[in-house]
Amino acid sequence: MSDFEQILRAYEESGGNPQFFKSPKVASLVVSGNQVLGANSIPGLTMTAEQLPDGVKARVIVEPGTRVGLPVHLCFGVLPAEGVQRIVSEFEIGAGASVEFIAHCTFPNATHVQHIMEGTIHVGEGATMRYKETHYHGQTGGVEVLPKARVAVDKGGRYFSAFGLSRGRAGKVDFDYEVDVAEDGVAELDAKVMGYGDDEIIVRETIRLNGERARGLAKSRIAVRDRARSEVFGTTEGNAPFARGHVDCVEIVRDQAIARATPLVRVTNDRAQVTHEAAIGTVDKKQLETLMARGLDEELAVDVIIRGMLGE
Amino acid sequence: MENGLILQVTDLWVAREGRQILRGVNLAVSRRSIHAVLGLNGSGKSTLAYTLMGSAGYVPIRGQILFEGQDITKHSISERGKLGITLAWQEPARFEGLTVERYLSLGQRQPDIQRVRAALEAVNLDASYLRRFVDESLSGGERKRIELAAVYAMAPKLAILDEPDSGIDTLSLTDIARLIHRLAEEGSTVLLISHRDEVVAIADTASLICEGQIVQTGNPDKVCDRYARCCRPCDRAERVEEEAAYERL
Repeated sequence: MSDFEQILRAYEESGGNPQFFKSPKVASLVVSGNQVLGANSIPGLTMTAEQLPDGVKARVIVEPGTRVGLPVHLCFGVLPAEGVQRIVSEFEIGAGASVEFIAHCTFPNATHVQHIMEGTIHVGEGATMRYKETHYHGQTGGVEVLPKARVAVDKGGRYFSAFGLSRGRAGKVDFDYEVDVAEDGVAELDAKVMGYGDDEIIVRETIRLNGERARGLAKSRIAVRDRARSEVFGTTEGNAPFARGHVDCVEIVRDQAIARATPLVRVTNDRAQVTHEAAIGTVDKKQLETLMARGLDEELAVDVIIRGMLGE
Repeated sequence: MENGLILQVTDLWVAREGRQILRGVNLAVSRRSIHAVLGLNGSGKSTLAYTLMGSAGYVPIRGQILFEGQDITKHSISERGKLGITLAWQEPARFEGLTVERYLSLGQRQPDIQRVRAALEAVNLDASYLRRFVDESLSGGERKRIELAAVYAMAPKLAILDEPDSGIDTLSLTDIARLIHRLAEEGSTVLLISHRDEVVAIADTASLICEGQIVQTGNPDKVCDRYARCCRPCDRAERVEEEAAYERL
């Protein structure tokens, strides 16, 4: 079986549809370790990738005004038990363009794998970018995930990011996204992670609302059990008139797990408004008893509540 | 257990936060009937509902609960749920990320999408709600309807409905009555908890609860009549916001 087929098989086993990577109408990129196994561009969207000693450098350019009808599919993975994968990516979304990315990161056999994402994203004036990243890890907890992105959203631009890691052991996660939003721009960051065993989860979400009427939401949903630890730093700054921001963090803790939340709001303009809410605790009693009163056992009821919160 | 009784409560005593809430409740409910428990706020209605459901913190210090002849006094809430007992809370919980379709199907022994759809129709909500989430995006009235639909979808043997009309506009009282009758016609027994006599009028039989004791049981009209004539908030009534007390647990 070729490397391409192996990585797509792992992708399929994690819930993805490999047909997307075989269609010429769908822009896509497939990377296994530091091997670029496939890169497909479509009219208005150019996808290039080059090999690095420890990963891949990828560039995605969406021409101004381009409306990409079908989601762009990205597949990153490391199949061996050990290895490092560094993805250095640059996204340039032209003015007025609209595009959605669906990224699957799969490390099914990892015992010592480090996955580093270093992203630079520019969302042009009036453009929209949606980026959804879902991870599938094995059960060993041997993955270290370090996603880092610096995002600039121009006037009237919209950027939506959703990061999900709830299948398999999280391992060590240090998620770090920063977004600067210009006038009338919108940014939403949404991170959902489940940890157990000895998993360690850190989520840093920062949104700076620098332009008038800019809006932002930094949202995180974390569930930890056993001896897992989680720490969330949600920061939103209101730096311009009528900027509106919100930090929303919920962490569910069970067993000997420990969760911390540090929501930070900073306002430097007296006509901006930023709010925050953070809740850490065990599963809500009324939610739990409601499901148990339908005949669910406690463990199943907890699972339904947590998986719902994590968007599964 | 007497023939035809699905629920028999004998000398039930429950204390909460150092106060005696239920003081020897005796209650018998016939199978496939609609039985209402009427009382003022703080009289012990919701405490009775939570105790029958087996909610944490509502453990009887004395007395017995028989369901279909089986002593369930020490059963967990899940065990009671599996036996076919369920409760619709006065203020239903909200669930982030859980669709209405999934929520309505959770109580079904076998997935039955037709009954899920019928449940929505029964509370006058269209199929578009199946994809909605049971979260803050629903209004209070919509959430209450979804809760009643979840009970209907489950087809329980005993449905305990705690103030099913609260938070729903008066026009919907007709819908609620229709749903309750439909439940009973399809084989469920309904225990209706309310402080409004117009809701109790739906029932076949009724009990009046005062200071944690059942003081009258019989024809709903007669029970409502006594309630209207005699029941006023008084110093003797437990000044307990029962839903709030539940939340504090």
